[in-house]
Amino acid sequence: MSGAPLIAAEGVTRILPEGVTLVADISLTIGRGEFVAVTGPSGSGKSSLLYLLGLLDRPSAGRVLLEGRDTAALAAPELAALRLARLGFVFQFHFLLPEFSARDNVLIPIRRLGALPPAEAQARALALLDALGLADAAAKMPEQLSGGMRQRVAIARALANDPALLLADEPTGNLDSRNATAVFDIFARLALEERRTVIVVTHDAEFARRATRRIHLVDGRIVSDERR
Amino acid sequence: MRLILDLARGMLSRRRRQTLISVLGVALGVAFFIAIASLMRGFQTFFIEQVIDVQPHIVLKDETRSPLPQAAELALPEGAVAVSNVKPRERVRGIRSAGEKVATLEAIPGASVAPILTGAALLRFGSRDVTITVTGMDPERFRRVSNLEKDMLEGRLEDLRAAANGLIIGAVLAQRLGVQVGDTVIAVSPRGVSLQMKVVGLFHTGLVNLDLSAGYTLLKVNQILQDRPNVVNQILVRLADVTRAEPLAREIEARFGDRTESWEEQNRNFLTVFVIQNAIMYSVTGAILLVAAFGIYNIISTVVFEKTRDIAILKSLGFTEGDVQRLFLVQGVVAGLLGALLGCLLGQLMIEGLAQVRFRTETPAGTDRFILARDWRIFAVASFFAVASAALAAVIPARRAARLDPVQIVRGAA
Repeated sequence: MSGAPLIAAEGVTRILPEGVTLVADISLTIGRGEFVAVTGPSGSGKSSLLYLLGLLDRPSAGRVLLEGRDTAALAAPELAALRLARLGFVFQFHFLLPEFSARDNVLIPIRRLGALPPAEAQARALALLDALGLADAAAKMPEQLSGGMRQRVAIARALANDPALLLADEPTGNLDSRNATAVFDIFARLALEERRTVIVVTHDAEFARRATRRIHLVDGRIVSDERR
Repeated sequence: MRLILDLARGMLSRRRRQTLISVLGVALGVAFFIAIASLMRGFQTFFIEQVIDVQPHIVLKDETRSPLPQAAELALPEGAVAVSNVKPRERVRGIRSAGEKVATLEAIPGASVAPILTGAALLRFGSRDVTITVTGMDPERFRRVSNLEKDMLEGRLEDLRAAANGLIIGAVLAQRLGVQVGDTVIAVSPRGVSLQMKVVGLFHTGLVNLDLSAGYTLLKVNQILQDRPNVVNQILVRLADVTRAEPLAREIEARFGDRTESWEEQNRNFLTVFVIQNAIMYSVTGAILLVAAFGIYNIISTVVFEKTRDIAILKSLGFTEGDVQRLFLVQGVVAGLLGALLGCLLGQLMIEGLAQVRFRTETPAGTDRFILARDWRIFAVASFFAVASAALAAVIPARRAARLDPVQIVRGAA
């Protein structure tokens, strides 16, 4: 498996039942350790591509291969298992469960995977929060946290099961510039220092400039794909 | 599963008041069911026990279930024979070879047997007269198939032997006639036989028709009174195990040919009433639980609606449709369980409350309070139905939650 690219799209097309084309015939491969920024005007299909690569949505045509494995043939529970173990999502909105503390939110995917005994799972959740500067916020409820802190908790949750691929959809979209920069720095660190594979959908040109690879979409098609 | 439970608790805690109300709905349904079931079961059990107590469990009668076949019908079994206006045959009525049958029946383990002769008689005392049914019996046998001995107010069954033509009647009847123990009354049978009988005992059962119109004497005295020497027209059987009465009655009838009725057959009218009563009770409490189920449906639907974002994120995190469905089913079951638990407590309280109620007058059953069945099975049945209906009510919103498409929700929220 090590020979295969981390994730590959082959002629991926996504058409809504109403006939709207979101993504048209996209082929690309992303290797391990790449820091990819997907840009484009709104409605260009950036997010749709991200959901397809993140196995949240299925293409109408073409296929997505994760670590060389064709995901088109997999049933919904198998896709869910892959998302749980191999992928991590961060959305524009933090989507933390409001009834659970920051630590418990991070614990949810760890407990669902069930690979760690409870004590180690706790330690891992706290370590993840600590790495994102949230050590003091672990016991706090989401409503007690600022927007930037919530988004950082969401990032910690995305990293909970040490995913091979981190996908983010406008992760700074709801944040003020100071918090946006902080979140942005985190992604840069995860990608450039921790050598994680990161795909970020953004309309922030500054953000995109720091990525190692920039894919620009217009009307669901790749118009440019440049590496730095 | 622990995780699913934790998530379910978190989601329900947000809607604490609404959850409490749905739980209360279930609890009330369960409590009413328990209280009503306990009341009705208690009454019915008491009633049946009374019946079983005062009546023999099986009665052999000097009748057959269908009229005897006519000679023409026997001769031409295939023919179209119609015989009309058939008169009863002139024969001495009574159970034939009763002695042998009594011996056979006594061989049944746990059975007590008493052959009796019943017949009508007019009791005359001074200027008053009352028609009663006189039962001629043998005290040693009869006391084992009936409660008469327990119901005696004055005198004993053996006193029948001490006096010539002794008679035991109901205390109410004695009062009406103005008779006291030791007085002599005149009994006249339909055959015209007239006997002077001495009242040697009084009984009181609480059942009006027995207290007012039943009399007991020795078998041979009644055989003289009814002018039917050596005749027995009923054989009463009492069993150690009441539940065997019906099959045993069928067996006896098949063997002897005499019409044989179990206590269930003799009381079919009110046993049917009980069945209808139970059906009404189950539908009423079923309706309460149905309303409660709607409450559960409502709360789960609300939670699903409010938690679409959480559902989306759980799915994107790798929760399967099955996980999400379980998550909401569990909430329904938890609400049902809480309701059942609370309902059992409430039901117990209601039973205790009903147990405190006292009537001013005595009921015909002879008590001044409700008769309550305290049976754990009532609680179990009520709880089971509560949890099952809550789970069923949660299925629909849970399935809807499971099918939510995270992409659409994430897109909508962005």
